[in-house]
Amino acid sequence: MTDDTRSDISLRVNDATYQLAVDNRRTLLDALRDDLSLTGTKKGCDHGQCGACTVLLDGDRVVSCLTLAVVADGADVTTIEGLAGGGELRPIQEAFIRLDGFQCGFCTPGQICSAVGMLAEHAAGWPSAVTRDDSPERTPELSEEEVRERMSGNLCRCGAYPSIVRAILETSVREAVSK
Amino acid sequence: MREFAYQRTTQIRDALSSVARHDGARFLAGGTNLVDLMKAGVESPARLVDIRSLALGGISESPDGGLVLGATATNSAVAADPLVRRRYPALSQAILAGASGQLRNMATVGGNLLQRTRCAYFADPSEPCNKRAPGSGCSALGGAHHNHAILGWTEHCVATHPSDMAVPLTAFDAVVRYETLDGPGEVPLSEFYLPVGDRPDRETALPDRALITAVVVPAAEVAGKSRYRKVRERASYAFATVSVAAALDVQDGVVRDVRLALGGVASRPWRARLAESALRGGPVTAERISAAADLEVAAAEPLRDNGYKVTLARNLIEAVLTDLAASSGAASGGAAGNGAAGAGEESDG
Amino acid sequence: MNANGITAAVGEPRPRVEGRLKVTGSAAYVADVPMPDLAHGWMVTATVSRGRIRDIDATDALAMPGVLGVLDHRNARRLNPDAAHHFGPDRGLPMLQDDAVPYAGRPIALVVARTPEQARAAASALRVTYDAEPHDTEFSMNHPAARPASTLFGPEADTGDLEAELAVSTVVVDEVYRTPEENHSAMEPHVATAWWEDGHLYALDSNQGPFSISQVMAMLFFIDRDRVHIRAEHVGGGFGAKTICGAQIILAAMAAEHFRRPVRVALTRRQVFLAIGSRPPTEQRVRIGAGADGRLRAVHHHAAFALSPLAEYIEWCTEQARTLYAAPAIRTELSAVPLDRLPPCTMRGPGATPGSFAFESAVDEVAERLRIDPLRLRLLNQPAASPVSGRPWSTRRLITCLEEGARRFGWAQRDPRPRLRREGNLLVGTGVAAAAFVAGVFPASATIAAETDGTFSVRVGASDIGTGARTALIAVAADALGVSTERIRLHIGDSDLGPNPGAGGSRGTTSCAFAVTEAAKALREKLDDPARPVTVTVDTTPLINWRPAEERNTYSAVFAEVTVDPATGEVRVRRLLGMFAVGRVINPLLARSQLIGGMIGGLSMALHEESVRDPITGRLVTADFAGYHISAHADVPNVEADFVADYEPQDPSGFNGLGEIGNAGVAAAIANAVWHATGTRHRTLPISLGRVVETAAPRDRQEAISAV
Repeated sequence: MTDDTRSDISLRVNDATYQLAVDNRRTLLDALRDDLSLTGTKKGCDHGQCGACTVLLDGDRVVSCLTLAVVADGADVTTIEGLAGGGELRPIQEAFIRLDGFQCGFCTPGQICSAVGMLAEHAAGWPSAVTRDDSPERTPELSEEEVRERMSGNLCRCGAYPSIVRAILETSVREAVSK
Repeated sequence: MREFAYQRTTQIRDALSSVARHDGARFLAGGTNLVDLMKAGVESPARLVDIRSLALGGISESPDGGLVLGATATNSAVAADPLVRRRYPALSQAILAGASGQLRNMATVGGNLLQRTRCAYFADPSEPCNKRAPGSGCSALGGAHHNHAILGWTEHCVATHPSDMAVPLTAFDAVVRYETLDGPGEVPLSEFYLPVGDRPDRETALPDRALITAVVVPAAEVAGKSRYRKVRERASYAFATVSVAAALDVQDGVVRDVRLALGGVASRPWRARLAESALRGGPVTAERISAAADLEVAAAEPLRDNGYKVTLARNLIEAVLTDLAASSGAASGGAAGNGAAGAGEESDG
Repeated sequence: MNANGITAAVGEPRPRVEGRLKVTGSAAYVADVPMPDLAHGWMVTATVSRGRIRDIDATDALAMPGVLGVLDHRNARRLNPDAAHHFGPDRGLPMLQDDAVPYAGRPIALVVARTPEQARAAASALRVTYDAEPHDTEFSMNHPAARPASTLFGPEADTGDLEAELAVSTVVVDEVYRTPEENHSAMEPHVATAWWEDGHLYALDSNQGPFSISQVMAMLFFIDRDRVHIRAEHVGGGFGAKTICGAQIILAAMAAEHFRRPVRVALTRRQVFLAIGSRPPTEQRVRIGAGADGRLRAVHHHAAFALSPLAEYIEWCTEQARTLYAAPAIRTELSAVPLDRLPPCTMRGPGATPGSFAFESAVDEVAERLRIDPLRLRLLNQPAASPVSGRPWSTRRLITCLEEGARRFGWAQRDPRPRLRREGNLLVGTGVAAAAFVAGVFPASATIAAETDGTFSVRVGASDIGTGARTALIAVAADALGVSTERIRLHIGDSDLGPNPGAGGSRGTTSCAFAVTEAAKALREKLDDPARPVTVTVDTTPLINWRPAEERNTYSAVFAEVTVDPATGEVRVRRLLGMFAVGRVINPLLARSQLIGGMIGGLSMALHEESVRDPITGRLVTADFAGYHISAHADVPNVEADFVADYEPQDPSGFNGLGEIGNAGVAAAIANAVWHATGTRHRTLPISLGRVVETAAPRDRQEAISAV
């Protein structure tokens, strides 16, 4: 109706900057998908209850369905399309393929973005609900149980959970070795 | 979702005056609950005033050794904060037991306190609900209320408060600080959530158009020995069926201080003062813990289909206190003194 | 290796061919495909369980920005009232035809606008009023409306003298088991984009079988099937929910015609719960009589399920009773209870999954009462031939599954007495269950062209909803043609590719593999023909033996270990092992994933899943993922699935389908383990907190404190 229901925003997505005029109601998820044609990010529930729309916002994993596009104005967004720079798969992506960490593939972009964010959280020493020794002096070991808890915001109805956990753990070990 | 205006503010004053000036304006922080409810048609603000650029994201130590949690500090930041983890482990645990990593990265302290019930009838505008549409009735009372309140409800509303974080904050006597155009104010969390009464739509004691700026958690030695335990219908990523935040300070077999609050059982975090009183100052024994748990749930009035929550709440109080008692026993049996004797006495008046 | 030095692809654990697309976000699902001039339809559903629409006031909605119009029963085009689907005529298919509301969640209008936000806002401005009528949504097998279910799948079993055998049995278990309404919850919500061109209907639709959807759409819209073109390249899960011709495509096609432009209808998650059929609730009485020697004498399985009067449906719960064990008397009965509820829809392991929960729980109760090891009881009663028809088995490696599973699981060390194993505050128990799922093929066609560049284009109307069909069929085609997989260009997911059953009934890949194999055979005979490209098409309809001499099934043995905290009611599955006999396995990597996924679905069903309806309004209360819980990462242990050597003689390549057998048996194995842990038998799913929590304080905790 009036102009103040729309906003001009700037989004930096996967290292490219986009200027957009958006309906304030538009979510970051819909802006990525419909305005920027970055359809790798999926809409599984649109209410923050499944994790399929997970992206990295200024490096943190968030659900893009509950993030308004206008709120992300000026932010740096990484989507599944931005993970494989220059066409080269990241180890986590490669591990998902090799270990069959998906079936229908619909939750996969969210699982992978979530895993990338989660590994960074873990590297920063963040505890989880299953961290037994939660004293701040220690970084919890990334066990299967830790990965499962930290990834629980990403539902997978095909039941690829065990191979997703394996792919994440294998990647984290490899990255730790390569450091 | 109806169309709305959006503005980002960097000054508290601007945020307050904008919300005061515009009818139907609301503060927006993490948006995990508000945006969700806007999509469902439960909330339809005419304007969103984004407060995440206000300088309210800090977590700092207060002069008395307590904590000041900025209103826009994310749940993740609070849960990972070393001071929180050391001095109020139950607070860190409660936050980590809630939602998902993604949502915790978005959700904020202030928003968490103000989140609305997850009662399915509240979230569905086509259903009667006194909380959403005063006077329309309560669908849950005779409907599907398997996970509704067992304490403090009225026939007007049987919904529960969904927050995990607010449960230990209640146990730790946290205080909510806010700003209004007329100046600052504060209200203890124990008085923050209003009793249900006949107006379940009136949820908090926060003045109209006030902005929560911080939550102050007073220093309490007992909080260092605290624990949060949450039971729900799956292992993670689900709201509480019943949760317990407990802190127990035992010296020479006697309870010096105890804090106990329940989540998932009432329209607000339920401070278990009856159980606390029953335990405080006496020896810590299995019988006394058991009796305290029984005492606290004796007032429970389950609905047709949620009687199991009474048993669950009772057992959970007992389990968490027992675990705390056992671990404090082990601690005092080990490194004697634990460097804590004499400090920070709390009156229980 | 074949004569050309090419290693066989079938049997090799190869990653999914579309893996790179899926991990980079480049796999195009229906809602990912851009469309110029696209309008967006927002579905509006009924909020009463029965009644009539009094009025739909669209005045406000039509005045809102971007709104193109509203379709409802007053202006929608007429659809064929006699359109039929899987089980015959389906009166639920013609939508927006009249003012009747047969169930809450019934689509009653579609608001079409330029953007989804505008459509949603206008939909919520629509003012709908109803004349509500008394409804009946309360399911029970004793409901007065209960009637015998359709016998489309064949007659129910009735052999021997049931009552006489029960009378002479040493123990008789006679119990009632219940499973709730359950939702498929595929991660991709149903979505369709439809447009019309020169009298042809085109649609991208998230479904499990474009060909069969094209048949239904043709009937509904009174056009020839070859004027309907439906594609579904990548589909985000289905589990049965996308075997139906969903509201999304029907409404999108109606709106595209009405507004003369492409229309996308994307259902919200809530709308999927409300308007797309789910697994119906079941109530099942099982009576089993056995002698002191552990031999079963009488088996009686009477199952009832809810459906809608709008369409016939079969939840064939009685399959296990007629397949798993020998007994001189076996009777099965199946009842349908028509109610004012959303019409049900087959869900993963249809019939077998709720049926095996009831039946294999009852079998466990027989073992309990006879004080016989439940594994031994199962081995003791294995039939040499079908105990009902007397026909031999085409292959039956269930005994191997049970024995090999028991060995790997460490069953021999198990003390059969309940509530003995404790670890701290937790009770620990183990359980076992067997399952069978009927196997076979449906007609399918495949076209293979030998191209001039040496590649082979294989066209088959298969659906890959995550089953791995794409990867599997490339392997099958390569081996059948005797070439490497790199030379196969596979085209699937399109109704123009010829008759195809789609992904369902554990028959999609097997049926397509049959057609591809036969087409390859025919092509190889022509390959000497100098003219290229050479193309052959084979339809397997005349090749299928519809009356085989043997009964054909897949089998599983599932072993579960659970922990139970009796103070909180929390049940956790700690170990889950499935041994499967599923014929020759095309791709062990993908097949294992599919079976593990099925087992996790079974775990989820056992512990979490329940659609709850309001007892007063009959409306669904749990219409989102916060109310309807499916297993999350944290619920799922390291699930193990493996195959026993097997070969299906009825299939030219030895294959059997395995989409469903992973699910069946798991809930019973878990329920049996919970009994072993606690001593309490759970006959109603899910085994949720409120059903497990115990009043008595656990002694261990008291001991812990007295040690302080």
